[in-house]
Amino acid sequence: MSHEKKETDTVLKLENLTMQFGGVIAVDNVSLEVGKGEILSLIGPNGAGKTTAFNMVTGVYAPTNGAIYYKGEKIVQNTPQGRMKKLYQGENADLYAGKRVIAPTPDKITKLGIARTFQNIRLFKSQTVFENILIAKHMRRTSNLFTATFRLNAKEEAQMRQESEELLRIMELEDVRDELATSLPYGKQRHLEIARALATKPELLLLDEPAAGMNPQETLELTQFIGRIRGEFGLTIFMIEHHMDLVMEISDRIHVLDFGKSIAEGKPDEVRNDPRVIEAYLGGAQDE
Amino acid sequence: MNKKNKLIWNVSLIVALLVLLFVLEQVMPSGSMLFTVLKKGAIYALVAVSMNLLNGFTGLFSLGQAGFMLLGAYTYAILTIPPESRASVYQYYDGGIIQFAIPVPLALIAGGLIAAGFAFLIGLPVLRLKSDYLAIATLGFAEIIRAVFQWDKLGPLTNGSNLLRSFPTFQSVLYPFIVSGICIALIVMLINSTYGRAFKAIRDDEIAAEAMGINLAHHKRLAFVISSFFAGVSGGLLAMYQTTIQASMFKSAMTYEILLIVVIGGIGSVTGSCISSFLFIACSEWWLRFLDNENFYIGSFHVPLLRAGFRKVVFAVVIMAMVLFYRQGIMGTKEFSVEALQNLFRKIFLRKSVKKAGDTHES
Ligand SMILES: Nc1ncnc2c1ncn2[C@@H]1O[C@H](COP(=O)(O)OP(=O)(O)OP(=O)(O)O)[C@@H](O)[C@H]1O
Ligand SMILES: [Mg+2]
Repeated sequence: MSHEKKETDTVLKLENLTMQFGGVIAVDNVSLEVGKGEILSLIGPNGAGKTTAFNMVTGVYAPTNGAIYYKGEKIVQNTPQGRMKKLYQGENADLYAGKRVIAPTPDKITKLGIARTFQNIRLFKSQTVFENILIAKHMRRTSNLFTATFRLNAKEEAQMRQESEELLRIMELEDVRDELATSLPYGKQRHLEIARALATKPELLLLDEPAAGMNPQETLELTQFIGRIRGEFGLTIFMIEHHMDLVMEISDRIHVLDFGKSIAEGKPDEVRNDPRVIEAYLGGAQDE
Repeated sequence: MNKKNKLIWNVSLIVALLVLLFVLEQVMPSGSMLFTVLKKGAIYALVAVSMNLLNGFTGLFSLGQAGFMLLGAYTYAILTIPPESRASVYQYYDGGIIQFAIPVPLALIAGGLIAAGFAFLIGLPVLRLKSDYLAIATLGFAEIIRAVFQWDKLGPLTNGSNLLRSFPTFQSVLYPFIVSGICIALIVMLINSTYGRAFKAIRDDEIAAEAMGINLAHHKRLAFVISSFFAGVSGGLLAMYQTTIQASMFKSAMTYEILLIVVIGGIGSVTGSCISSFLFIACSEWWLRFLDNENFYIGSFHVPLLRAGFRKVVFAVVIMAMVLFYRQGIMGTKEFSVEALQNLFRKIFLRKSVKKAGDTHES
């Protein structure tokens, strides 16, 4: 499934994004676009700035400089301010100067329809598998404190539960429904994180190393699974991954970061043969 | 056991308890220590559960309970002293500035609302910061409010450092039970609602909760304000129980007592807080009183070490032991329920593995 990208088809657009921590530039002037229905993989060696890029999209960090658009609407924008004004070593220092600072909190981003999973799994540890999914349904509630406390929202509550059960079924987690989330094997926990993200009804799903710690068999299943949910839920997927089999198999396009900089972008075959990528990353990783 | 059965069980248990209390009150002398423990225990159960809502269920650490109780107690007292008694109560302030009285239930709610209002204001700046700051800010608030209420300039309202008295008190031990019971039931309903689930999510992992669309500032503020509201109500009840109040009663030691009750009961267990509150009050007011008695004899043996204040030492040791060896408390995060009890019996007598007992999390 390849895409001729048109402007209207763009779901997510990063524009001149830079993230500087103290003196370290973790993401350096990165621009990229994710088209509707596309799977774009973000790859690069350890410490390349991939997770940081995700954290900027999801509102965990405000970028030091740059802007982010979601479905054509500007959702994040910043320019070096305060102490950073002097410290800033990145590019385009004045490009966004004087423009409005937009820095929404992560919950606002999720509400727009962008959900994510975490590289180091972050499940609600005292809650069961089912409850983990149910919690994510809270965001789209129409009830308020009063109606929820007095169960005047019984219908909505029933629907939340029913939709969560449905997700359990799709994610093949029914048999562990009432177990503590953290008691699941690693692979299942990653599935649960995806299920929980889906429970927020996203259009864009950000997966941070969904196959980390999985064996080849599990990775293969996950590959098929990601393809399946993309169709079933009409998702656009922006994914960080180290398993090259998975990335090459499933991605429509691949974007490569190295030391915070974009070094290549293109179809899997193009990227695979790009000498700069091979030098930076693939050469070593392909032997795995 | 289905939902309806469970409801029937719980309702009949509550009715049985109230009937029992009523009968006890008829047959036992009203000065009995038992009633002291029951009344104060019910009040402390409410404030402990309200603290648990915040500390145990939302993962926010507040140490302002005594301050919020003070607000509730003063609001209650100021609004309910009958106008004809005001001249004598406010004798140094020309009878004070308020010259009306409102019904008891309204005054209790007003006390809660005042406490909630203050919590809202404190929460605005503080809840944006890391959660440790809340403990410091609320502790400071409790200390300051205690001083402010004794301030001479506020005398016409608060009677300065003099006692407030002559307001309505408990006619029956049932009153604190019913009020606390209703309030705790409300808190439990909240905890079991979608908001309660969001609170628990914040406790478990703030970053994940926020990524799932839960507005941290809003939900933390909600939990803090609601918890403070019920602390305020319990303050009003405490005023009724004490019959006279004074700002200097509401020391931070009171907050630590409540914290201790929460820890002993199990952080994250409502029934644990209730059980441990009665146990704690029974020990401190009744069963362990002998520790403070210097002339305590068993037969003709003079028990050594005992003297005024020794009870506090024992408590301190208990706290340390709890924190070191028994962090779960009595209940852990489990809840006491008929179902859990049934399962326990089944487990003991049938020696069968029964499905996980007791968690009423999603009932
Ligand atoms: N909060 C932070 N404060 C300071 N430095 C940070 C912070 N977060 C990330 N960094 C730094 O930014 C760089 C990029 O980190 P990032 O986690 O984005 O890498 P990554 O590409 O996700 O790597 P990995 O494959 O190991 O997950 C690293 O050098 C890291 O130390
Ligand atoms: Mg990473």
